Amino acid sequence: MSVKKRAKDLTLLERIYIPEIIKGLALTLKTMFRPKYTMEYPEEKFVPPPSYRGRPVLVLDENNEERCVACGLCSRVCPSLAIDIQASETEREKERYPERFEINMLRCIFCGLCEEVCPEEAIVMSKDYEMAFSNRENAIFGKDKLLVPVSQLKDRIEFLRSYK
Amino acid sequence: MPKLIIDSKEVSFEQGQTVLEAARENGIKIPHFCWHPKLSISGNCRICLVEIEKLPKLVISCSTLAAEGMIVHTRSEKVINARNAVMEFILINHPLDCPICDEAGECKLQDYAYKHGTGESRFVEEKNHKDKRVELGPHVMFDAERCISCSRCIRFCDEIAKEAQLTFIKRGDRVTIVTYPGQQLDNPYSMNVVDICPVGALTSRDFRFKARVWEMSSTASVCQGCSRGCNIDIWVRNNEILRLTPRKNEEVNSYWMCDHGRLNTFKFVNENRVGMPYIKSGGELIQSTWDAAVNKAASLLKTVNKDKTAFIGSASASCEDNYILMKFARSVIGTKNISYYKYIDENFGDDILRRSDVTPNSTGADLLGMNGYLNYSNLSDGINNGSIKAVYLMDDNIVDKDPSLEALFSKLDFLIVHSSNMTKTAGMADVLFPSAAFAEINGTLVNFNKRVQRLRPAVALKEADRSLDGMNVSRLDKFGTGYDRWAQGRKRDALSGWKIISMIAAQLNNKFKYDTAEDVFNEIVRSIPEFAGLDYELIGKNGSDLKVKIAQPTLKA
Repeated sequence: MSVKKRAKDLTLLERIYIPEIIKGLALTLKTMFRPKYTMEYPEEKFVPPPSYRGRPVLVLDENNEERCVACGLCSRVCPSLAIDIQASETEREKERYPERFEINMLRCIFCGLCEEVCPEEAIVMSKDYEMAFSNRENAIFGKDKLLVPVSQLKDRIEFLRSYK
Repeated sequence: MPKLIIDSKEVSFEQGQTVLEAARENGIKIPHFCWHPKLSISGNCRICLVEIEKLPKLVISCSTLAAEGMIVHTRSEKVINARNAVMEFILINHPLDCPICDEAGECKLQDYAYKHGTGESRFVEEKNHKDKRVELGPHVMFDAERCISCSRCIRFCDEIAKEAQLTFIKRGDRVTIVTYPGQQLDNPYSMNVVDICPVGALTSRDFRFKARVWEMSSTASVCQGCSRGCNIDIWVRNNEILRLTPRKNEEVNSYWMCDHGRLNTFKFVNENRVGMPYIKSGGELIQSTWDAAVNKAASLLKTVNKDKTAFIGSASASCEDNYILMKFARSVIGTKNISYYKYIDENFGDDILRRSDVTPNSTGADLLGMNGYLNYSNLSDGINNGSIKAVYLMDDNIVDKDPSLEALFSKLDFLIVHSSNMTKTAGMADVLFPSAAFAEINGTLVNFNKRVQRLRPAVALKEADRSLDGMNVSRLDKFGTGYDRWAQGRKRDALSGWKIISMIAAQLNNKFKYDTAEDVFNEIVRSIPEFAGLDYELIGKNGSDLKVKIAQPTLKA
């Protein structure tokens, strides 16, 4: 068996190592004065841009009424079958409302198709990304957790309109 | 046979057929809203326009008689342009309600808008507004905005239900449908207008907003409402029946079914079920296990003289269940005290579909040889004079029918009951077995006209697995897991009658060797001459006539 030749024979300067250490430290020093890209999460929170797809939420209108008419299109289009809806009749002009609206956050893949298909602009992707559960039951979000006032979702809705 | 050419294909037709009918019989689809095979021709929707050579203008194919040598084009540029124009006109005042409309998914207008529409609207003005929620009758809701004035519902009431209740009023874009003054849409067949409405203008008040059609599975079955045995589809979501719809069968019910069958024959499958075996102890029914209940029943059956035990089958149970009950009584117990009760309601029958015999399988029970021994009075007499000391009762709530039996039944040594629901009769049992309902089993029924028809399981029992047992599955059934709330619909612990009886027979050292209902049926075929030559495959979806025929008035078209 022959001994494999190393790819590169080091020069003397490289072999004594010290100039290389200085080079490396110089790069470190330079980087210290560049702008930072990391943040001190969770003390410091990341505020995503409007294009961010966080957890899907249901929109509560200005007059505190849910926009959703329980048409079931989001449930149908959802590729991971995360959404479960039971419709019911209401006296309001829209006729239908969701008696039950549940998103299983363990199934949700944050693709945003529900938001895209919604004819009422009733389900949108929020900026909320903090979801941790200790059991499966807690991961199923009902209407109590899903309904969010429209005032908190203004920039996402504007973003959507600019692309529709 | 005379011939004509449609889309350069030569097709033959019968004299008197219209162009649309000739095309339909040869697999050429011409769109239609107002035309229905069983209703008169009204020709008002104009979507079926076709081009016929040598005629100056396009004609509607639904009311143009086919003639020898006609050359018809259904896909020429002229026709397609006309169709687009008709679609555009219909859609001008049709609201964009699809997301909240129950018809979405099975809507003719929706389908044709995809196929024949241009995909966009040039109409920028405000759409016409009309009433959105009109209760036309106890079962039907009317949305006037969605109506495209095809008049199918009006013609249905006039011609099929034979009760003129609906009519158009006003003209042009203000036209709407109302009931005649002082009337409502309450004929016994009113809900068929929901099925034939090509749009979502007429919807079922019972099913309204319960589910989208694509969330459900549908299973071909037979209605339990009367001895007509109308062919139906059972629509199930999350193991719960949500609606029944008629299934076309020209030999039985054509396209229709009555409101009673549609509304009242499935709710008992969803509610108030027995759910587990019970044994009576200290005057109370105590929850038990299958083994304990079967043991108890077997030991009780040994205590009473075989000739003092009466077996009562059911005109609501399948042929398989009744046959096994009979076999059990004759060969295991050794008694001929087997009978069943007929339920006749003269007020129920009519000359359209409904029959006065309000059970689905009395003909089947008769053919199997269950007729004869018992009726209400001699059962009562038998119990009174001590010649009947024990009763084995399958799937019949006879105490409700004859309240005097309540006192008599308490005189019995024991009463064993199969019941799907917690009824009065079930409450009196010493041993109570939960039996499967019609929508949960394989089985056969014989209608009044001696037509054998299949029941198929639409709702899964505890022992069943939808995909392994070959049941129809919806998308949700297919992909749901035990962790999904929408896939955790309750599976009931119940069994078909023949399975329960086989278990008791085994306890009494008589092995009945059947794996499936089909095995039982094959034995019926071998042993009862009237059924000779049949099998499940032959019966299929549309049923099969038995050799012995009784003359019956046929259903008028």
